[in-house]
Amino acid sequence: MVRGGPLAVLAYLIRRLFAAAVMLVVIVVVVFGIFFLIPKWAGVDIATSFVGKQADPAAVEGIRQKLGLSDPIYAQVWEFFKGIFVGRTYSGGGDVTECAAPCFGYSFRSEQAIWPVLTDRFPVTLGLALGAAVLWLIFGVAAGVLSALKRGTLWDRGAMVVALAGVSLPIYFTGLLSLAIFSYGLGWIDAEYVPLEDSFTGWLGGMILPWITLAFLYAAMYARITRATMMEILGEDYIRTARAKGLKEQVVIRKHAMRSTMTPILTMLGMDLGALIGGAILTETTFSLPGLGQAVLNAIKNQDLPVILGVTLITSLAVLIANLVVDVLYAVIDPRVRLS
Amino acid sequence: MTAPLHEPTADAAPSPAEEAAVVGAEAKAVQGRSLGRIAWERLKRDKLALAGGIVVLVLVLIALLAPVIANLVGQDPESHHEDLIDPLFGTPTGSLGGISGDHLLGVEPVSGRDIFARIVYGARISLLVGFLSAIVAVILGTVLGILAGFFGGWIDAVVSRVMDGLLAFPQLLFIIALVSVMPNELLGLTGTGVRLFVMILVIGFFGWPYIGRVVRGQTLSLREREYVEAARSLGAGRFYILFKELLPNLVAPIIVYTTMMIPTNILTEAALSFLGVGVKPPTASWGQMLSSAIDYYDSDPMYMVIPGVAIFITVLAFNLFGDGVRDALDPKGSR
Repeated sequence: MVRGGPLAVLAYLIRRLFAAAVMLVVIVVVVFGIFFLIPKWAGVDIATSFVGKQADPAAVEGIRQKLGLSDPIYAQVWEFFKGIFVGRTYSGGGDVTECAAPCFGYSFRSEQAIWPVLTDRFPVTLGLALGAAVLWLIFGVAAGVLSALKRGTLWDRGAMVVALAGVSLPIYFTGLLSLAIFSYGLGWIDAEYVPLEDSFTGWLGGMILPWITLAFLYAAMYARITRATMMEILGEDYIRTARAKGLKEQVVIRKHAMRSTMTPILTMLGMDLGALIGGAILTETTFSLPGLGQAVLNAIKNQDLPVILGVTLITSLAVLIANLVVDVLYAVIDPRVRLS
Repeated sequence: MTAPLHEPTADAAPSPAEEAAVVGAEAKAVQGRSLGRIAWERLKRDKLALAGGIVVLVLVLIALLAPVIANLVGQDPESHHEDLIDPLFGTPTGSLGGISGDHLLGVEPVSGRDIFARIVYGARISLLVGFLSAIVAVILGTVLGILAGFFGGWIDAVVSRVMDGLLAFPQLLFIIALVSVMPNELLGLTGTGVRLFVMILVIGFFGWPYIGRVVRGQTLSLREREYVEAARSLGAGRFYILFKELLPNLVAPIIVYTTMMIPTNILTEAALSFLGVGVKPPTASWGQMLSSAIDYYDSDPMYMVIPGVAIFITVLAFNLFGDGVRDALDPKGSR
């Protein structure tokens, strides 16, 4: 369905990738700005926050040299990007710390490179986001479509009341409730995170409540949007045409209405999935899942800039890739969209 | 859209400036009444939306009168009542988290602070952040959206890129980061004051693109309308067209997006306080109460349920009202 030939698609992809790369650089610069410029302007010494308040001046000076904190901000950003490709050596205060490529920075608080932290935690968050997305897509879209088709019926009203309640409940509250009821009260589920490679059933058991809680919130949102979109599309001329030419109602719904309904849903999915992979901070905090969101929250509380930078970069990358994939899928799903 | 004919009275001939003001006021009154009246009549028929609106009003009253209400029951949000706490487990004595005639919703574990008073005071934080950050977003979004849509060219290009960029940003992450690096003293504010101020600005800042996009799109289509052309051909200046011709027609979408933004902002504030970067104890906030309730979800479940239900009711009321306002102002809806 992608029109304009392979060259046009390639040009489009290159343009989009370039825009994504620019966005990534902007994000890194903004993060540097937030964590280097705001404290400086507020009169807080960042180097002290890396080694603790009681540290002696020599250690503070060492950290400052190691991280290049006295360098201008563009030099720091450049060093950071260089490190990703060729690795980085931090030296200062008499000792040297190596950080092999891909070096996304080095945490002097926890004395470890960031890359292994990211690779450790990424699967947890990815599993959480993907599992929940499957659930909310199935249930949310199905509920929305049914509501739109059976507009005004008891089913429609019931589903929309549940959906409205769903979008009004904060996830950390439903999460805690589900823990209190299913884990503590009824004892059905042992809500402890178990890595997938240790035990599949253990992993499933630990993920089921987070999945359902997260999916409930998003399913509610998706059901509302799907219903509204579907109802609008059912009023379009091409639907009337399809019916007028004698197509079965089922075909009209499935082939004509569903396709256009899925376009805005996909956009949302791209953004939401990207944002979740970037750190389902609230869900991970509520269920104590050791994912990226928890890592970045702890890092922010400790002002551990290298971790924040690394996670932010990865998460922004996730958002950008998700959006890019969605834009390409667009053209495949909706025949009205052309890549331009 | 058409100004009513103005008949100057015979006895007092007003100056041109006064006359213009009168015409303006009448035009506004007629326009405001018709748009408002249609919407209000539809809203009146929507029982759920009305219920939501009433709950919102009650919540605003609760927030405004928090000290009075707390005084009525003889409690305040920050005094400790350690005598009501089981010294062994740290949880309140008595059933349901220590609910009694004195403490209508029980007391917090460990400190024994009165939960009713804290919920009442917490409403202030939620609504303050919810409303003010929505105002920040509306002002930014309306001004930038209208400028981008009206002037086009490089202004539009820059504003649109910034909006796209902000929408693709990992927002919660940046809100957390910004709120957490703020110093303890800023512009004469301290502690909770600084955190509230920063939260309002940051939440508002990340919210404006949602309104900005809609306003830009509407402006783009409105500026080509005949009445704008008519104004232009009569020699109206750009800013006259912007504020007198376009802005009144953007009021409906702006109201809709504002009412839908407030509950989202309330949830964001609660989330920030839940994560420990927003309002901190002893100041009462619903999100912060939920966060301390994590440790007691098995031993004192009421402590978790009460602030959770408070957030739920508030957000639900705003959502119901917002849905109703949207339907009422929707030109496609049945009249």
